[in-house]
Amino acid sequence: MKAGDSTISYLELLKLASPETIVVITALAVLSIGLLSGRVKSTATVSTAKPAQDASDTSTTTGICSAIAALGLAIAIGTVLMLPRNATLFSGMLVITPLTSLFKIICIALAVFTVLLTTSEESLHHPGEYLALVLFATVGLMLLVGSEELLMIFIGLELLGLSLYVMTAFDKTDVRSAEAGLKYFLFGSTSSAFTLFGISLIYGLSGTTSLAAVSEKLATVSIQPLLAVGIVMTLIGFAFKIAAAPFHLWAPDAYQGAPVPSSAFIASASKVASFVVLGKIVLVGFAPLHGSAAWHAMVAGWSPVLAALAALSILLGNLVALAQSNVRRLLAYSAVAHAGYTLIGLVSGDRTGFSAALFYATIYAITLVGAFGVVAIVRRETGGDDFSNFAGLSSRSPLLAGCMSVFMLSLAGIPPLAGFFGKFYLFSVALRAGANQGLLWLVAVALLGSFISLYYYLMVLKAIFVDEPALASSRHVAVPPALLSRATVAVLAATVLLLGITPEILAAPILAAVP
Amino acid sequence: MIAWTIYITFAGAVLLLLLPRAFARWIALLTTVAGLALGLIALVRTPTADLTHFRTIVQVPWVPALGMNYHLAIDGVSLTMVLVTGISALSTVLFSWEVERRQNEFFFWLLLVVAGCYGVFLSADLFLFFAFYELVIVPKYFLIAVFGSTNKEYGAMKLTLYSFFGGMLVFVGILTGYVTAGSLDLSQLSQFQFSPQLQSWAFPVLFLGFGVLAGIWPLHTWAPTGHVAAPTAGSMLLAGIVMKLGAYAGLRVAMNLFPQGFQMWSKWIVLLAVVGIVYAAAVALRQHDLKFVIGYSSVSHMGFVLLGLGGATALSVSGAVLQMFSHGVIAALLFAVAGRMIYARTHTRELDVLAGLNLSRALPFAAFAFVVASAASMGIPGFSGFAAEITILIGAWKTYPLAAWITGAGMVLVAAFTLRALKQSFFGETEPGVHFQQGRVALDPDWNEQQSITLAEKCGACLLMITTVAIGLYPKLLLDRIMPAVEAMRFLK
Repeated sequence: MKAGDSTISYLELLKLASPETIVVITALAVLSIGLLSGRVKSTATVSTAKPAQDASDTSTTTGICSAIAALGLAIAIGTVLMLPRNATLFSGMLVITPLTSLFKIICIALAVFTVLLTTSEESLHHPGEYLALVLFATVGLMLLVGSEELLMIFIGLELLGLSLYVMTAFDKTDVRSAEAGLKYFLFGSTSSAFTLFGISLIYGLSGTTSLAAVSEKLATVSIQPLLAVGIVMTLIGFAFKIAAAPFHLWAPDAYQGAPVPSSAFIASASKVASFVVLGKIVLVGFAPLHGSAAWHAMVAGWSPVLAALAALSILLGNLVALAQSNVRRLLAYSAVAHAGYTLIGLVSGDRTGFSAALFYATIYAITLVGAFGVVAIVRRETGGDDFSNFAGLSSRSPLLAGCMSVFMLSLAGIPPLAGFFGKFYLFSVALRAGANQGLLWLVAVALLGSFISLYYYLMVLKAIFVDEPALASSRHVAVPPALLSRATVAVLAATVLLLGITPEILAAPILAAVP
Repeated sequence: MIAWTIYITFAGAVLLLLLPRAFARWIALLTTVAGLALGLIALVRTPTADLTHFRTIVQVPWVPALGMNYHLAIDGVSLTMVLVTGISALSTVLFSWEVERRQNEFFFWLLLVVAGCYGVFLSADLFLFFAFYELVIVPKYFLIAVFGSTNKEYGAMKLTLYSFFGGMLVFVGILTGYVTAGSLDLSQLSQFQFSPQLQSWAFPVLFLGFGVLAGIWPLHTWAPTGHVAAPTAGSMLLAGIVMKLGAYAGLRVAMNLFPQGFQMWSKWIVLLAVVGIVYAAAVALRQHDLKFVIGYSSVSHMGFVLLGLGGATALSVSGAVLQMFSHGVIAALLFAVAGRMIYARTHTRELDVLAGLNLSRALPFAAFAFVVASAASMGIPGFSGFAAEITILIGAWKTYPLAAWITGAGMVLVAAFTLRALKQSFFGETEPGVHFQQGRVALDPDWNEQQSITLAEKCGACLLMITTVAIGLYPKLLLDRIMPAVEAMRFLK
């Protein structure tokens, strides 16, 4: 620890960590409001059966809590903007760079969208607690993004993970939700153990947990078995977080069983932050051990490991997604594939590769929040999220149908949507990275994967635009239209289209922010 | 100004989403008329000398970090393709005048296809080009899967997946070119010397990718099923313009970027083209569904385009471009008659059934249009098909005389299946005792109203017929603009 660090005042620390602090305070506020109104409500339900009043109580609480949560997050974005450009605390435990600030904003914005989606969720009987969990998870994301120190990263991961496990299991009326939560927790805690073990090995070999110092130490040592084990185990923990095959097994259940906003949050913000951190760890911490994933010229290091994970994720995710008939499950498998595409950017292993991966992860997150928003509304109106529930959506709600096609086609990589540019960017960077187009094999696998993927995305759109709605499946209960969710979805769809037409507005800041 | 074809068409598509149904067809009509008018103005006003090279009309930085520009350019080849797009699009809208179901959506997808095609033909930046190229794929899926007929979901999915598969190969080729040369600008790329080793594999990947859309044998099988499944407008657009995208892109991108690769592989292109011409014609001879006959004839005629490209002389390539124009017009007319004039009124396309109806008496105008289209399709002198095909054959004669011979013989097959379709569909023997009206009622119990050929259909058919005759009689109008542009391309040097 440098001398300058020890003299830092608590005021200074509080100032630099103000966004996190604000979100934590908001979370506590939301939690207490939820508790207060929850107590009133529970006495009411015990005494007499007044479901109607009960429901309206819950929705009022949801409204108040989400308004406060959104406000708190908005203030947090404001404070992130007011942070100094660069700062380092405690040898990298808390770092502020343009990159961390940018991705803190992106993560908070994704959390805001998640909060907006919760307003239309009826199955959440304790909105205060739920939103508090969302906010705690957001703090986890901000710590993850804003740290260049392995221990702090681990703490961020755990804070995020524990919040997400509970968010997944939050729907107590649905056995699937409980199953999903348990699976997610078991897989998650195992992979955390792997990560921690990996980190401890690396600490043992380098004597430090700060990424920059680790990198300096590793530059002087050759790859030895223990180091290889350490690196692979660290990577496994992140492969789990981003749901890369073969560590994706929790994803289909979590995406399908969890309350829809939880799925959206897991698929979007959690993924973006994980990619930021993974990128930092491999590109900063493990930089000397890059290795090479080029065809015929493989060199041991982390990049062949990531390349193998990427190829496997792309193939497995896309092929299994073909067989799904539930939209959320389909999105889960496609998420596996997209994690694979994004990894390609990291495999290329330079600044442009990292920024391409981050660009792709961001637009993917935006797209997926939107897609889950549509799923939430469809689920609310028809009581399910199978293909049959989407049948005839184009006549029920042209707006939602249009938005869903924007999201699906962007995922498939059809111009002029953001996904198309994202793929072009990623693949061109990957091809340029290896000498003599060494990564062509990976790009070919990815293109094959995206060819396969068009089929199942079109199947979703076929259900929406071509299939006649089956009368039995629709609930025909008049639910108040979820206006806020609809507006959110429309905004997200417009964003996806806008980022496809003028990708520069996101690509340039990311490229400028990546060191 | 020609760039406005793209903007107007996209604007029309967006308007269709916003305005109520009553305006739908008029918006579509106005948009396509404007597109064609812009093309014609460019044809008249642009001096021929300005069309000899790919002249920039718009260039705006798009994503400077990656070297992407919004860059449009035009030469004689592009102008020809823009014209045929305008003509096909307008006639397609006219033949879709009676579409009742989900009209706004229908014309929205239709205009997206048209706008994408304009974009492809005018792009001078590889990324922009590819974006427009891929943009065309998905609207076709919806046009067919929502509005189509026979086996529509299968046909639509097959077509889309084939196109996307081709797009995947193209993606590899384009990325390779971009990464190696470090530029996306087509004119810069066509100056860059790619290594022969790279060209030897990048060219076939790229050309085959484009070839899928052009209906290259043996990757043509999406075309007949797609045409049959598509609504009339869909078939007209597919055969009229979309298949040309592949051939145009093969010429503009694949052959210009990788000329040495093209030299290495041109004989294989010619081989596939000749097989395609003869094979598709032979298959067409055995079809019972009129749309299948025309679908295979499209594959056969696109074979001529590929033969022209593979012939690798200025004459044969110019002929190929002319054939793209000519076939765009003729195929649109054929599909319009089969899908709109015959099928919408008799609800059958079975040649055997049609033969019993002797439609020439009931629908004389349709019969006339079909005779003109068939004559043009067979390559009777005086129609555009002849001018184009003879140019191709003469051009290819210099490089691949055997291929020219076989193709010449194959044209007999083309004539055979065209005449067979013509005779059975319009000039069949009337079965004794069965009046036309009875026959029709028996075929479709719901049918209860005599529909004569509408004004919109007549306008559309006349537009197409006049075009094919005009170009047949005076091909110089286009050839004068195509030839210098082709001669300026790199692969000939």
